[in-house]
Order: sequence, then structure tokens, then C-alpha cells
Amino acid sequence: MSIWEYANPKKFITSTERVLPALWAASAVCIGVGLIWGFFFTGDEARQGATVKIIYLHVPTAMLAINAWVMMLVTSLVWLVRRHHVSALASRAAAPVGMVMTLIALVTGAIWGQPMWGSWWAWDPRLTSFLILFLFYLGYIALWEAIEDPDTAADLTSFLCLVGSVFALLSRYAVNFWNQGLHQGASIFRAEAVIGTDTEEKVSNIFFYPLMLCIIGFVLLFVALVFYRTGTEIRARRIKALIARERVEA
Amino acid sequence: MIALLMRDLRLALRAGGGFGLGLAFFLILTVMVPLSVGPQPALLSSIAPGVLWLGALLACLLSLDRLLALDWEDGSLDLLATAPLPLESVVSIKALAHWITTGLPLVMAAPVLGVLLNLPVPGFKWVVISLLLGTPALSVIGTFGAALTVGLKRGGLLMSLLVMPLYLPTLIFGAEVARRGAIGMDVQTPLLMLAGISAASIALLPFASAAVLRINLR
Repeated sequence: MSIWEYANPKKFITSTERVLPALWAASAVCIGVGLIWGFFFTGDEARQGATVKIIYLHVPTAMLAINAWVMMLVTSLVWLVRRHHVSALASRAAAPVGMVMTLIALVTGAIWGQPMWGSWWAWDPRLTSFLILFLFYLGYIALWEAIEDPDTAADLTSFLCLVGSVFALLSRYAVNFWNQGLHQGASIFRAEAVIGTDTEEKVSNIFFYPLMLCIIGFVLLFVALVFYRTGTEIRARRIKALIARERVEA
Repeated sequence: MIALLMRDLRLALRAGGGFGLGLAFFLILTVMVPLSVGPQPALLSSIAPGVLWLGALLACLLSLDRLLALDWEDGSLDLLATAPLPLESVVSIKALAHWITTGLPLVMAAPVLGVLLNLPVPGFKWVVISLLLGTPALSVIGTFGAALTVGLKRGGLLMSLLVMPLYLPTLIFGAEVARRGAIGMDVQTPLLMLAGISAASIALLPFASAAVLRINLR
């Protein structure tokens, strides 16, 4: 029993379809409970008032926006090394989801920033690097769409993903250097807090538990979407192969 | 290798439209900036380093689609790929030829255009130095983008979309060197970062470009 069994498209589809209903349900429950708990059963924050509640959408989508790219990087590498088609299709399936997450994070951030910072947009390093990440997603998806031959497209986009990751990281540090930020630093998962050197409570527990629930829900939603979309891509390719075969026989 | 370099340079010079086009574009862009933002000298001198960098970057971008596409169309790229010279060197030479025909003239034109934009006097030196360090990276990164899109019919716009995000770190550090130099600040950190990006791109990216080109030539 190894993970490479799921590189078989048939096996991948049958096994993901078995878990998909559970994934959809679990993510709906987590997001639903998390959002309702967060919106209606937690108090307003002392200085931010009710606007703090956008955190339940902003933080999970922002985390996924970055992690979707990391997932694409891993699946691209798997494709380049082991030539599993499911892996290449999974990175193709994840890209639009990641792009939408980036967009939601940017928009909710703007809506949150307007009352807090007094402006919809600031050229803050975090905001800027998210916009750059969005551009990387755009280019990646556009390259997939532009190339006819599926294997060539998979190869080229994988290389773009590898090189792009390096340059995206570089941009992250470049913009850090280029402008000082308004955005607060990492507040939820911090290495210093885990090893105990930093004991300051950055996000109050009242907000933390529903937020955790929302994060879990969004991660499940992402996994479900990627499984679902990868299955669709596999089927689309199978249809293409069938049509091509029919044309040859006719 | 030298023969290939000479061939590319000769083609760029004699085929027409390639050599001067980037420079002319740079000139027009620089003329259009005062026309669009207004002629106030203080405003112009504060944005001059950034405008010069942006203009040079766009001029570089503009000339990328002929970098590999012409050789692709007439089949000489296939010959080069089967030649004993490794494809990595071919790609590096192509990038070098692109830099000599596009990057270097841009570097030399930048101070002249700086006068038009009322660039502060200490800025001239740093604009030239930063462009001299940064344009090789632009050529090498651009070669990667050109190799990615070489097989496409209308790859020009797509290539811009792919290459521009990759240009961002170079642009940020390069323009920062020029900006700091122009107002007399310390430039060491961004200058080192810019040089680092250039050196790393020149050393590593030809391998990626050659790999991508091999996929496209399959």
C-alpha cells in the first residue's frame, strides 16, 4: 500500500469519489458552524468593533492562497520526476482555486483595511506580495490554456511553477525591503509561541476557536475542490482520447 | 560559440527593426512620461530613476519575442539543438546577444534620457551602474520566457504576462539603487541584492531555459 497507487487515474477517481461526499459535508459543517459562531456568538473586539469578524474569511483564504501554490510546486515536481499524469492534472486543478483564494484574501483585506487603516489599499509588503502571487497564478493558468499538447503543457507549466516559486519568494523579500508595512505580523501560528519564547497572546481565545474551525473547514473545502476538479480533468482527457479514437476508426 | 554570437549580432544589426527598436521605444516612453504627469521639475526628478528603470525593462520585454521565434520559424533552432554545442550554451549565447543588442544600448541611452527627466546629478552614476548590473538578468529571465512560449502562434502577450512577474525582484532592487543613489542615500544593500539576482540568474536560468526549449522542440 503506497501513495503511488493513486497515480492510477481509475483508482484515483474511485477512491476520491468515495471520500468526496464526506469532505463536502465536513467542510460545510466546519465553515457553517465556524462562521455562525464567529459572527453571532463572539463579542466585538475592543478597538476594531464588529469589523474584526472578517478575520474568519480573510485568514483561512490567505493561508490557502499560499499553500495552494506550495501544493502545485510539489505536484509539479512529482510530475517532472515520476511522470504521473494525475499529479500534473492536480496542479492544473488547484491553480484556479488558489487564484480565487488569493482574490478573496485581497478583497476581504481591502474591506477590512478601509475602516481600520483608512484606505482600501496600501503598498504594504504583505499586500503587494499577494498581488504578485495573484499575477503568478494568472500567468500559470494562461500558459496551461495556451498550449494544445497536454504533455508539453504539463512540462512547461511545471517548469514555470518551479522558476516562479523562486522568483515569488524573491519578490516577497524584495517588497519587504522596499516598503515598511501596516499589516500585522504572523499572529496565529508562530514558531516562537510553540517553543515558548513568545508568550504574548496575539489573537484572543474567543476569536481563536471559531477561527480554527473556519481554517479547518476551508482546508477541507480546498481538498474537496481539488479532488473534484482533478477528477473532472481526468474525465475530460479521457473524452478527448475517445473522440480521437472514434475519428481514427471512422 | 563565438560564431553563433557573431551570427546573432549580425542578424540583429542587418535584419532591421531589431536593433534600434528597443532604443526608440525607450526614448518615446521617456518623452511620454512628462507629457502624461506634467512638466514640474521637482516631480520629474523624483520619479526619474523609476521611469528610466521601467522604460528599460519594457524595452527589453518588447524585443524578447524575436529572440528565439525567428530561429524557430526557419528551423535553425532545430539545427542548433542537434549541434554538438550544448543547448545550455546556445541559450546563454542568445541571451548575451540580446543583452549586447538591447541591454547595453539602453544602459548607454539612460543618462541622456535622464537629462530629459531632470535626474539629480548623483543619480546618473547609479542609474548607469544599476542598469548595467540589472539588464543582464532581464535578458536571461526574458530568454526563459521566450523559450517557454516559443512554440505558440501568438505568444507575445502571453510571454509578457509570464515574464513580468519574474522581472519584479530585479526591478525592485534596481530601481531602489537608482532612487537611493539619486537622493544621496547609501546604496550598498540593494546593490548587492541586485548583483546577487543577476549572478544567480545568469548561472542557473540557462539550464531551465534549455530544458524548456528541449520540451518545445520535442
